[in-house]
Amino acid sequence: MNGELIDIKNLTKTYPNKTAISNLNLKLDGGHIVGLLGPNGSGKTTLIKIIAGVIKDYSGTVTVNGMAPGPAAKALISYLPDTSYFSGWMCPKDMITLFKDFYPDFDERKCTEMLHRLGLNETQKIKTMSKGMQERFQLCLVMSRNAMIYVLDEPIGGVDPAAREFIMDTILSNYNENATILMSTHLVSDVERIFDTVLFLKEGEIVLQGDIDNIRATEDKSIDQLFREVFKC
Amino acid sequence: MANQFQSNMPIYIQLVNNFKHRIVSGELDVGSKLESVRDLAISFEVNPNTMQRALAELERDGLVFTERTTGRFITKDKELIVKMRETVAQEIIEQFIQQMKSIGFTDQEAIELFQKKIREGESK
Repeated sequence: MNGELIDIKNLTKTYPNKTAISNLNLKLDGGHIVGLLGPNGSGKTTLIKIIAGVIKDYSGTVTVNGMAPGPAAKALISYLPDTSYFSGWMCPKDMITLFKDFYPDFDERKCTEMLHRLGLNETQKIKTMSKGMQERFQLCLVMSRNAMIYVLDEPIGGVDPAAREFIMDTILSNYNENATILMSTHLVSDVERIFDTVLFLKEGEIVLQGDIDNIRATEDKSIDQLFREVFKC
Repeated sequence: MANQFQSNMPIYIQLVNNFKHRIVSGELDVGSKLESVRDLAISFEVNPNTMQRALAELERDGLVFTERTTGRFITKDKELIVKMRETVAQEIIEQFIQQMKSIGFTDQEAIELFQKKIREGESK
């Protein structure tokens, strides 16, 4: 891999009365599962939205595979927002058609397979699915793309432990080995196993970044313990 | 398996230990083929890079070898496995001794208790 997949320099994003991201620098290359960890309000979603090209008014430079966020970069990024983008009247089949239209890298067969593993029916109306089921279906869609970058905003936010296992399994089995997954979460202990790199975000700044096993070895602590110390209230 | 990890110890080291254990106990057969890194990562629910690192470590120790194009195998070197088995046993004993000490047992007391327990086991 030559060059960085994600390269962020001096990124600052302010909302009225609040600085969400403060002079942040970050380089990530391919082939990693990166945990973006931080408490509520630390800037995780803002950072993800900037990388995904949803927020455009920021200062500093952001490049994704050498390009500024925009349509070309979006074609490489599979983005799972922290909210649902379904309309209730739709069924999985409609969404699959939509994704096929939008993204040339969408693998319909993969998606249908996952759908069946979830026990979902292609023609079941989305509004009749539980919230957790909708979240899982949305993740299936996002992971069915052969993207270079997956940015997942809290994919395990509101699901039960069994579903968490399904989600971790889905993430591990579907990402391409040269791709990078950036996944935000505040439920550290549940997922720290699947990361190889972690970023600790505190008040819009990265306070710790590194290889997760090296951090465990030098700190002699679990990432969850470390998280509790760094972000002690 | 997924929940057997201690989270304050590097996971790759725990994976190495898990494999060592299964190799010396014979659960993994001499010369048998290992699954792919990805499949192993999925079944242990760990990052593929972490699994890769564990396998590289085992390879350095000679417990696993790679055959180009066909994959990874458990060593065929039985002598090495016997040696490794002893090392693993030493580690278990050291842990035992340390723990007994930490609750205030002298070596003699620990040995006596150990022997008593073994005799009880035999008479059952």
